[in-house]
Amino acid sequence: MAEQYPILVLLVLLFGALLVGLSGMADRRVCFPLTVTALGLAVAVSIGILQRVMDGGVIRYFVGGWSRPVGIGIELRIDTINALVLLTVTTVGLLTAIFSFRRVRDDKTEKTPLFYVLYLLLIMGLSGMVITGDAFNLYVLLEVSSLTSYALIAMGKSKRAATAAFSYIIMGTIGASFYLLGVGYLYLRTGTLNMMEIHQAILALDGPSSTIVVAFVLIIVGLMIKMAFFPLFGWLPNAYSYCPSSTSCVVAPLMTKVGVYVMVRMMLTVFGTEWVFSNLQYTQWLVGMAVVAILAGSVMALAQVELKKMFCYLIVAEVGYMVGGAWMANHWGMVGTIYHIMGDAFMTLCMFLAAGIFLKQAGVVRIDQLDGMFRKMPWTMAGFVVGALAMIGIPPTCGFFSKLYLIRGGMESGHWFYVGALLISSLVNAVLFFRIFEIAYFGKNPAEGHAAHHEEPSVQPVIKEAHPSSLIPLYLTAAIILLLGLFNGQIVELIEHSLNGVQVIGTEILVEKGGQG
Amino acid sequence: MSVMGSFIISQYVLDHFNFWVAVILMMIGLYAMITKNNLIKKLIGMSIFQTAIILFYVSAGVKEGATIPILEHHAAETEQVAAGDAGAEHGSVVGADHDVSKSSEKAPAHEVHEINPDDYSNPLPHVLMLTAIVVGVATLGVALAVAQVIYKNYGTLEEDEILAKIKAAENDG
Repeated sequence: MAEQYPILVLLVLLFGALLVGLSGMADRRVCFPLTVTALGLAVAVSIGILQRVMDGGVIRYFVGGWSRPVGIGIELRIDTINALVLLTVTTVGLLTAIFSFRRVRDDKTEKTPLFYVLYLLLIMGLSGMVITGDAFNLYVLLEVSSLTSYALIAMGKSKRAATAAFSYIIMGTIGASFYLLGVGYLYLRTGTLNMMEIHQAILALDGPSSTIVVAFVLIIVGLMIKMAFFPLFGWLPNAYSYCPSSTSCVVAPLMTKVGVYVMVRMMLTVFGTEWVFSNLQYTQWLVGMAVVAILAGSVMALAQVELKKMFCYLIVAEVGYMVGGAWMANHWGMVGTIYHIMGDAFMTLCMFLAAGIFLKQAGVVRIDQLDGMFRKMPWTMAGFVVGALAMIGIPPTCGFFSKLYLIRGGMESGHWFYVGALLISSLVNAVLFFRIFEIAYFGKNPAEGHAAHHEEPSVQPVIKEAHPSSLIPLYLTAAIILLLGLFNGQIVELIEHSLNGVQVIGTEILVEKGGQG
Repeated sequence: MSVMGSFIISQYVLDHFNFWVAVILMMIGLYAMITKNNLIKKLIGMSIFQTAIILFYVSAGVKEGATIPILEHHAAETEQVAAGDAGAEHGSVVGADHDVSKSSEKAPAHEVHEINPDDYSNPLPHVLMLTAIVVGVATLGVALAVAQVIYKNYGTLEEDEILAKIKAAENDG
């Protein structure tokens, strides 16, 4: 049984989707328990996988028993990095599923089964992208997750949801097609689609191959569209802010992060860090672009009046953190990036859960409507504050530690602009969130408190504290943010375990680069 | 100059004719996706774009003088089919294929022919493209459904008119 875990995590979700679809037609009340059960099982299996990877090292699983040397089978390959990201994906899926308990029933009753089918398929696609060891399989799963997310976003009540989804489809298809084309070039040159075998073939090449460079550029550009890296982020803010709350809660934390993960996987496993950092002299360029992304995301976030839009631009900045960290050719930068993939998934989840609760209970869309929220919804605000502190980077939370590792990487590799941008972005986050705290605690205009008091009787009964089904996921997320922070040492150890197994990055290459430049 | 020119043409155009076709089609698709005002025209561009990539893969699997990759029945033991497939996969790309010929030599003597991967076109890109075609159809389906919703909401499929209506709605609100 334990050997079958890698495929089991996908099958549980796939058959969960099938069951939800079939039984949902008869009685839509069974959708929610079925979905939560499927995702609960997926989380349990992910924990089992993590356990096995920690004990026995890398898992190589061949789907259907078509092992590599003879067949053309698909490999699922899991090391500690995948296992951690997989656990993140399934956990975010489970938490958001619990959160969707009331939301979906109220939003669009007749579409409840469809929503849950798409939802499970989305989580399946993302989990598959994380654990697959086959470049073409990754493309198929990328499209599975993208197609489901297009549909989920288009389900939004707002008229603009459909237009946002349309531009997302156009951009997403360009990104995925670029990726597919890149894989095609790789296949032409190496004759295989298996990630490890591609890596072996690239190592075996003597001399530079322009085909491989073109393949790499196409794949990275395609992924950058998918992860909304700075100049290519245009689709993101509208798509994530006009979709239903429960959709934005799962799409916003996961889609971009899994995109970053795939980029890291391409750099580490497929092309190999040695090839990426010493053959291509792109490090300065990409870290420079990441700096621009961080600054631009932060500045645009400052300019927003709507709460969800502000979070969307913060995602753009966070993607800049991770791309910069991965490309600075430094051990700590890479560790920080992978750690931040996890931390940022839960931080973003926390923000969007809170925004969803505010929207639902109090109809809050704009930041200034948060007026007096500490009094009206103290429990929700408590969870929100943890997430906000993590976004700023206050010590016990995971946000602090990921920034610490990223800054250490930046300082060791001498990317001072990146370090500066990271600090400026933290300051901007502090300004953004303390502005929210001030509005929520003291009210919009503390001096005019009297006028507000008169209206209170009419306003007060409308705004109620959130339902437990919304608060529980929020608190669990907040707890995970704190736990990730407290146990950062152990997690980093796990990440390093795989990094050392894959390739040596950092000092050696750095010295070479320092000599050259 | 003309010698140089013909050299360049034969080197970069004729030898890579299939790539040129794919790239030109791709650019046409990309152009339509980015610049066209009508949403359906954008989707037509998207289809051209995806089809170009499919052509790219399919043309990469083609070999001159090769036939469809189905082994004759009497020569088709399970293991050999697998070896033949893997060989065909390598054959077109890497060229050399010692493993396959070895494994066919090892095969029982009553098998008539040695399996030569050069006689068969590479099936793998074609199989991959079956999947890609399915993905393309699904994408187009979702996109058309979304376009229909947009038409219901705004009564038009022209992007500039939709943007104008969004702006007007925002100003009202």
